[in-house]
Amino acid sequence: MSKVKSIKDIPLQEYLMPGHAACAGCAMALAVRHVLKILGRNTTVTVPACCLSVIQGIFPKTAVDVPLKNTAFASAAAMASGIKAGYRVQGKNVNVIAIAGDGGTYDIGIQALSGAVERNEDIIYLVYDNQAYMNTGIQRSGATPYGAWTTTTPKGKTEKRKDLGFIMIANGARYVATVTPSYLMDFYSKFQKAKERKGSRVVIDLSPCPPGWRYDPGFTIEIGKLAVQTGAWILWEFEDGVFQFTGFSKMIAEGKAKKKPVESYLKLQGRFKEIIKSKEKIEYYQELINENWEKYLKIAEIYKKK
Amino acid sequence: MRKVEVDKEMGLKSVKEYPPAPLSKPAEGAGGKTGLWRTYRPVVDLNKCTGCRICWAYCPDRAIKLRDDGKVEVDYVWCKGCLICFHECPVKAIDKVVEEFGE
Repeated sequence: MSKVKSIKDIPLQEYLMPGHAACAGCAMALAVRHVLKILGRNTTVTVPACCLSVIQGIFPKTAVDVPLKNTAFASAAAMASGIKAGYRVQGKNVNVIAIAGDGGTYDIGIQALSGAVERNEDIIYLVYDNQAYMNTGIQRSGATPYGAWTTTTPKGKTEKRKDLGFIMIANGARYVATVTPSYLMDFYSKFQKAKERKGSRVVIDLSPCPPGWRYDPGFTIEIGKLAVQTGAWILWEFEDGVFQFTGFSKMIAEGKAKKKPVESYLKLQGRFKEIIKSKEKIEYYQELINENWEKYLKIAEIYKKK
Repeated sequence: MRKVEVDKEMGLKSVKEYPPAPLSKPAEGAGGKTGLWRTYRPVVDLNKCTGCRICWAYCPDRAIKLRDDGKVEVDYVWCKGCLICFHECPVKAIDKVVEEFGE
């Protein structure tokens, strides 16, 4: 597949069937659709308990047109390692990808992922981070940001979220990247790079969720863009010991663009209604984002190109 | 009743033909006729459409189809009515109307 530089270069072949059971406006279904376009027919997917195991639909039909194995909640990365080992024994070169939600990665699946990255298994691990356990009814997870409403944090979460990107860099992953399907060309360039590489590759995808984040499904793409433009989500990639910002985040890091005030991102989502009520909380949220940015600028300084 | 339906859909004749593990086959409409979920219906104005494919690329449901002339049309069998296409169209060629399932 040649490099995709504009929307017209996106391949027409599809591997996600229409009529899958995802909610209207699901960013994860969009991400999976494009990931399968990039990886192509020669792919095996493994999925733990998460939204993707639900949107496949009801037996005897499935919405995913490549071999797919559902597995237990904690073992997506372990299963992917095993599938890859099986193909290696048979002498086949197949792309093996584990697609998991944030609950199955940040909380429950992190030991399997950490082990697979440490062994440098030849797999791609895609986390679609919708920032709560959406498929079981919006419970708080390690990825839920500060102040967000969930059914288990009715007044808003009081803790900060985990940073999986940091954990994976410290864990020694060869390729780590953050993406969001709102910026499709960035998405394509990172996944095409991930496809060509060997070794453990972890891609973290911000996946806006209309029922969980409490917004109109039509704003899915806009919210993803706002998350990047306000700095709440940072686009970067870490490749062979070199860290660099990409896309709009690169412009922010180089001072060519200014971060939008975070309020524009928060007020579109019903889950932040507790924060929107008080000015102090909005300011605190802005402070958290600035703090996070400072951390990442330091990381970029440490792992810059030599 | 349910068992017979399943057998028919999978094309199995006897118990011996059952797969050793629960094995689903790729097919359209695994989640049912998702077009029935719509409250709003996106309508493409072909005179305004420039064929930029942005709506096609951003549709999570594959409900936007490319026509032979490069423009797009909506597949109302699967369109869930999320209206991402309505919001993202750069030339506002897609309009939304309240869905009235006829007949």
